[in-house]
Amino acid sequence: MNRLGYTLKQAFQQIHRNKGMSLASVFAITAMLLILGLFFVISVNVNLFTEMVKQDYDKVEIYLLDSTDRAQAQQIMDTMKDIKNVSKVEYRSKADALKIMKERWGDSGYLLDSLGDNPLPNSILVKVNTLAAANKVNSTAAKLSGVESVKYYKETVDKLTKITDFLQIAALVIMVFLVIVSIVVVSNTIKLTVFARSREISIMKYIGATNWFVRGPFLVEGILIGLFSSLVSAGITYLIYGKIVDAIGSKVMTILSSPLVPAGYLSVNLIIIFVAMGVSIGACGSIISMRKFLNT
Amino acid sequence: MITFTNVTKMYGDNVGLENVSVDIEKGDFVFLVGPSGAGKSTFIKLILKELDADAGTITVGDYDVTNLSNREVPELRSKIGIVFQDFRLLPKKTVFENVAFAMEILHRTKRQIRKRVPQILSLVGIADKADRYPQELSAGEQQRVAIARAIVNNPKVLIADEPTGNLDPVTANGIMELLDEINMTGTTVLMVTHAKDIVDRMNKRVVAIESGHIVRDEFGQYGYEEEMTAVREEVFDDE
Repeated sequence: MNRLGYTLKQAFQQIHRNKGMSLASVFAITAMLLILGLFFVISVNVNLFTEMVKQDYDKVEIYLLDSTDRAQAQQIMDTMKDIKNVSKVEYRSKADALKIMKERWGDSGYLLDSLGDNPLPNSILVKVNTLAAANKVNSTAAKLSGVESVKYYKETVDKLTKITDFLQIAALVIMVFLVIVSIVVVSNTIKLTVFARSREISIMKYIGATNWFVRGPFLVEGILIGLFSSLVSAGITYLIYGKIVDAIGSKVMTILSSPLVPAGYLSVNLIIIFVAMGVSIGACGSIISMRKFLNT
Repeated sequence: MITFTNVTKMYGDNVGLENVSVDIEKGDFVFLVGPSGAGKSTFIKLILKELDADAGTITVGDYDVTNLSNREVPELRSKIGIVFQDFRLLPKKTVFENVAFAMEILHRTKRQIRKRVPQILSLVGIADKADRYPQELSAGEQQRVAIARAIVNNPKVLIADEPTGNLDPVTANGIMELLDEINMTGTTVLMVTHAKDIVDRMNKRVVAIESGHIVRDEFGQYGYEEEMTAVREEVFDDE
């Protein structure tokens, strides 16, 4: 307890005596974490969108021309049923389609009332068990008469998956650079305090202080700077993202049929990730800055 | 207490110490003398394991210094009190805090510190200066603080590196009396010095080093014609 008190007191003293550079460190880590937050928020949302779309992965939707009558539609449905690994074929009238869309749009559903004539086509929904069956349905249906187009989710999902992968790799690469930069900034900040106290440190070591006794206050200094920065940036990210969700969340829902991840849902993960990053950057920075001073 | 057996330390091609054997027994008071660059600093750095010997063995008390791991060095140093020519007090701490600091390092409790530090301060004769800062004290008083810090943890060995080098003769005598008193309580004292008059008057064991060899080891006199120019020899240069 005595020891912990000593360490904390020293750490706060050092931060206080070195306000300017401590602040610089806080800015550097905060800026880094904000960029991390941006990537985090984007990839969480892209992931969610991908998941939403993936739920439709096993569906092929065949849109029919308005001129196609119910009997022709039945014929197409029978053809589809004959394809291997097709589990379900279902007719969806334009009226049903509108109803489903209204449900999906929720509060914004009233917008659809102004459409006048229902612009949605009649369609046939085909559920498949395998990717091969989906391809088969796709190619067969495209050749049939009375079919306007075939909407097939595989391509969308593939594209989205590629985007998600790319985003994650890009985020990782940028993060690595930013982490290195932050560690350098923090270690330089702390090096200044170490320099200022190098004589004191050498005296401590002659009296018999262990490396950890000397290192303790500097380590805590780094951790406090990191912790403070992480809380600031988590707060900023949370507030800004919350505003964004409030402002455009419902529009995104309308356009992409997929919601934005609510800010509240993110907050816990956000804080955990940020604190972990901030604290490790602070700790690494201080340990690196001390290395050369603790050789003997 | 301190034993060197055939110790050699080279700096590249230059001899630091060569094949040095010496035995300083518990309770001894030993002057280490010799010209600048003779190997006195090397001798002390080896005791503190600031340097590693190239050959031979060194023991300090129960510690086999030659085979001590880096991890054990702080423990060794905490058993050795050390006083420097330039005092090396922490300027932002009061006299009390400077002495208490040596106890904090060993994780002594506040209560132990509050009891022990005043005792030591009065032992070295500066009890009334406890709340002053080092720069407010005279050189002699500062050296007393440094001695208080060195002995507060009851070390078996006290190493004094030219403790009187920055002091006028009268103040120096006071410091020597104090070191003598500490020695009489059973603490082994090893003092590096260039002060002929002090060595001659104290009449203690004198070990003379020249060019890395022990050239004389006897009781009594300083042995050199006159006081050597006290070239300030930084044993523990931290620059």
